[in-house]
Amino acid sequence: MSEAKGRDDVGLEERLARLEAIVERLEQDELELQEALELFEEGIGHVRAAHGLLDETRLRVEKLVVEMDGAVSVEPHSPE
Amino acid sequence: MTGPLDLFAAAEAERQTRPPGEPDAPRTTYSVSNLNRLVRELLDQSLPPMWVSGEVSNWKRAGSGHCYFSLKDADAQVRCVLFASDARRLPTDPEEGMAVRVFGTVTLYEQRGDFQIVVREVEATDAGGLWRLAFEQLRAKLDGEGLLAAERKRPVPRYPRRVGVVTSPVGAAVHDVIRVVEARAPWCTVVLSPARVQGDGAEHEIAAALERLAEHGGVDVIIVGRGGGSVEDLWAFNREEVARAIAASPVPVVSAVGHETDVTIADLVADLRAATPSAAAEQAVPDGAALRRQLRMAAQRIGGAASRIVADQHRRVDTLAAGLESGMQAIMERRARRLTRSMDKLEALSPLAALKRGYAVAQDADGRLLRRTADFDDVDTFRLRVVDGRVDCSVEGTERHE
Repeated sequence: MSEAKGRDDVGLEERLARLEAIVERLEQDELELQEALELFEEGIGHVRAAHGLLDETRLRVEKLVVEMDGAVSVEPHSPE
Repeated sequence: MTGPLDLFAAAEAERQTRPPGEPDAPRTTYSVSNLNRLVRELLDQSLPPMWVSGEVSNWKRAGSGHCYFSLKDADAQVRCVLFASDARRLPTDPEEGMAVRVFGTVTLYEQRGDFQIVVREVEATDAGGLWRLAFEQLRAKLDGEGLLAAERKRPVPRYPRRVGVVTSPVGAAVHDVIRVVEARAPWCTVVLSPARVQGDGAEHEIAAALERLAEHGGVDVIIVGRGGGSVEDLWAFNREEVARAIAASPVPVVSAVGHETDVTIADLVADLRAATPSAAAEQAVPDGAALRRQLRMAAQRIGGAASRIVADQHRRVDTLAAGLESGMQAIMERRARRLTRSMDKLEALSPLAALKRGYAVAQDADGRLLRRTADFDDVDTFRLRVVDGRVDCSVEGTERHE
């Protein structure tokens, strides 16, 4: 069950939340140039990563299967 | 051995062969058992299964699961029995005095000689009937425990990665969920935890599938439901076991029991209710197209904000540079002006200027200035400096003005 959780370390939710914060800070605060550039790079990184995630177009479907001994396993499921 | 009916037929035949009025000479005597069997078989064979309406009285559910009660109206009553195999299908026990219709076979309980109806089905005659009653009873119970409270509802995650589905592996519901998630958020994974959603024991399967999914599926949200059906078809979703499994789920649950009008107990306990499995999937995963637009906009705003900040800095540098330049210029000009002024002053003080104006300076041979008459006392000759040269002079005499 090691791969049960999301495949990348940072979830989409966190990325988008961080992105919102970055946009807000860049647009509202008086920032040092250095900080502004760092925020910019981080923000663009999040945009790229999120886009990369969204570009996955093949939905994966899995099915829980109860074995004879009662153990539960996860199998790929191909909906026909 | 002859059967009771044969005995009965034989007795009747014998009676009819005798002339009328003559008493039945050889009286046939039946045992109680024979009689009761005779009557039971008569009843069984002469009356087809039928519907009987009346009010429920003295309903008792025995440990075996069999139910015993009476059905009565204003003037009469009849004993009824509902065996456990049929009683299991009842959503709940009817209340005392409840108007019902029962379907069953009229028979005799031989051991007791009790005339009774072996009931196969019980239906309340008012709308909704037993289903409504069972629903209200369970709702009141769960509400009493606080399981339906609005504060218990958890928000469904906005961006789940793994979406669990508890439903039939062969029904339309699972296909609907997969279709919607694939269209909106194909980066997600759908995890199916199969369960029969109707029929005997469906509630156990649904509850177990929910627990399995929460424990082994690694899901962020669970959709539980089925696509439509009659109130009986949906009944598993009104069962306490399913309600408790939903309430106990460690991740938010979206109910999707496809029925627009009737809310189920599962809907009430779930964190979010959707009308259909498709609607549930739409609420559970974000729309990829909208998300892409949102990302594009964020990138634009970040780029815009960053280039504005860079431009601001450029402007600042330019302004400073301009200031520096004009500052330097001002300083240089000030210096130049000072120099001119000094030179003017210098010139004004210069003896040459005085000579120019026609004054002359007397000096002795050593160049010492001869300012007053006393300076000439020991001097015979001296020089007079004028603007363009020297004039050698001798002293003729002095006269001092007081």
